[in-house]
Amino acid sequence: MACLEARGLRKTFGATTALDGIDLKIEEGRILGLIGPNGAGKSTLLNAALGLIPFEGELKVLGQDPWAARDSLMRDVCFIADVAVLPRWMRVWQALDYVQGVHPKFDRAKAEAFLAKTKIKKTSKVRELSKGMVTQLHLALVMAIDAKLLVLDEPTLGLDLLYRKQFYDTLLNDYFDHNRTIVVTTHQVEEIQQILTDMMFINNGRIVLDCSMEDFEARYVELTPRPESTAEARALKPINERQALGRSIMLFDRVPREKLAALGEVRTPNIADLFVAVMTGNSTQGAAA
Amino acid sequence: MSVATESMTAISAETTSSTTHPFYWSVRREVWEHRSIYIAPLVVAGLVLLGFLIRIVHLPQTMSLLAQLKPNDQHMAVAMPFAVAAVAITVTGLIVAFFYCLGALYNERKDRSILFWKSLPVSNTTAVLSKAAIPFLVLPAILFAIIIAVHLIMLGVGSAALAATHGDAALLWNSWPFVRMAVVLLYGMVVMTLWYAPIYGWVLFVSSWARSMAILWAVLPPLGLCLAERIALDTRYLSDLLDYRVNGFVKAAFYFDPHAKEIGDPLGMLTPAQYLTTPGLWAGLVIGAGFLMAAIWLRRSREAI
Repeated sequence: MACLEARGLRKTFGATTALDGIDLKIEEGRILGLIGPNGAGKSTLLNAALGLIPFEGELKVLGQDPWAARDSLMRDVCFIADVAVLPRWMRVWQALDYVQGVHPKFDRAKAEAFLAKTKIKKTSKVRELSKGMVTQLHLALVMAIDAKLLVLDEPTLGLDLLYRKQFYDTLLNDYFDHNRTIVVTTHQVEEIQQILTDMMFINNGRIVLDCSMEDFEARYVELTPRPESTAEARALKPINERQALGRSIMLFDRVPREKLAALGEVRTPNIADLFVAVMTGNSTQGAAA
Repeated sequence: MSVATESMTAISAETTSSTTHPFYWSVRREVWEHRSIYIAPLVVAGLVLLGFLIRIVHLPQTMSLLAQLKPNDQHMAVAMPFAVAAVAITVTGLIVAFFYCLGALYNERKDRSILFWKSLPVSNTTAVLSKAAIPFLVLPAILFAIIIAVHLIMLGVGSAALAATHGDAALLWNSWPFVRMAVVLLYGMVVMTLWYAPIYGWVLFVSSWARSMAILWAVLPPLGLCLAERIALDTRYLSDLLDYRVNGFVKAAFYFDPHAKEIGDPLGMLTPAQYLTTPGLWAGLVIGAGFLMAAIWLRRSREAI
């Protein structure tokens, strides 16, 4: 059973189309990065999957319709919507008590062990904690829940680099296993490239690109051609070309790596560069002309 | 319809687990967040007691004044501070209840914490009903407990002061028959709370619906309609209806004999049969339930603001 499956998923807000016929399938045990510009429909897609908004089309999360079965689904699905949604009046021990009181799959000892590694005091109110500490607290609560699907919508927005790195390290080392699935959106694409197993680009409510990281590494090559080979490289139709320090950098899709290696220096592009290339459309071959 | 389906899935989801108690913990979390639920009536109780203690200092003068009154007026004068305490604490509780309901489903959308609450397996039905439990159950219970405690302290301090000044403590206990008055108070708390069901329901509904200025939405439409009726038609059906909803329970649930020469058994004032057969009670309960169902439905579909 796929963890999350959508067919012809649509969502409109008045005259605005937020999701315009999404088809996707996320298997169990994957870490999917959902990447798109602001207003692309990422959050709408996640909100629909979490049963927060009604939708048109077909959408199943762990085999259930999230809008009809949100309450029972939330026993197996966790989400961090973004930072700063923990109630500011709450004390840390109250958060632990409450989640323990309502969530059948919450392991309090695990949450406390995680908190013990931080500077968070149990008597502190959320409003007294720094933004980074609030995220740590939220992560402690979420990681102690034995969930099948974890959804993270910009979980590290506004955090400094150290907290961001720690957040993903903890997630990967202490939480992720092959029975769990994680879906994450973020603007700091470079930082999560290493942990993803799959990625999906979304723009204007449509999926623009959907591939596994293995496919990504096999398909896309970035080439910095030697100056004398630039024209030859251009003839192979890069999907994007940009200039850096006076040299061209070209991005190729499905052009054999060996063929490109003969023309200059090749490497696997980072997702951010591919994202820019895909989002700015096919302004490619003529970019330097 | 969708509310019904949701409630059913909610119930099936929440009864299969023996270790979690979503409703209980949701009510507890409301009390954690809104400490004014007990602090405000406690503060008023403290002020009432302070006033009472200051009066006690002048007890000898008071007693000599009392001695000049007829027995019935004596009882009235002695009972007055007890009644004032009960009314002051209850009115405080009603104000707290109003503002609590106003923010209950509004603030969580405003501060986006609703996204955290909705990430947990607690149904919207449980969430809204746990919030409704504050004005319908928790606050009346707290108010009753505080009033009883205040009355006990007043009786205790009053008796001690009378004993010390060779007064007659029996006057105190006869004027305020504690146990029977506690029954009257409990009855009063219940009939008032049920009578106010449509008011609490309305305010909770506005709280789940308004995108801003919930207080204006809660107060202005009813008052505006009353005013419009009076200007346009020169009638006052709506304001009479509003007045009936605020004060009507007293007439329905109590009987005060205007010709009574002396104070009888306080339990004789209670008219539960008449109260329970008042159509206004049942109409109000139905309307209140309707508002709560609307609030559940709105909490499900409304997003953070």
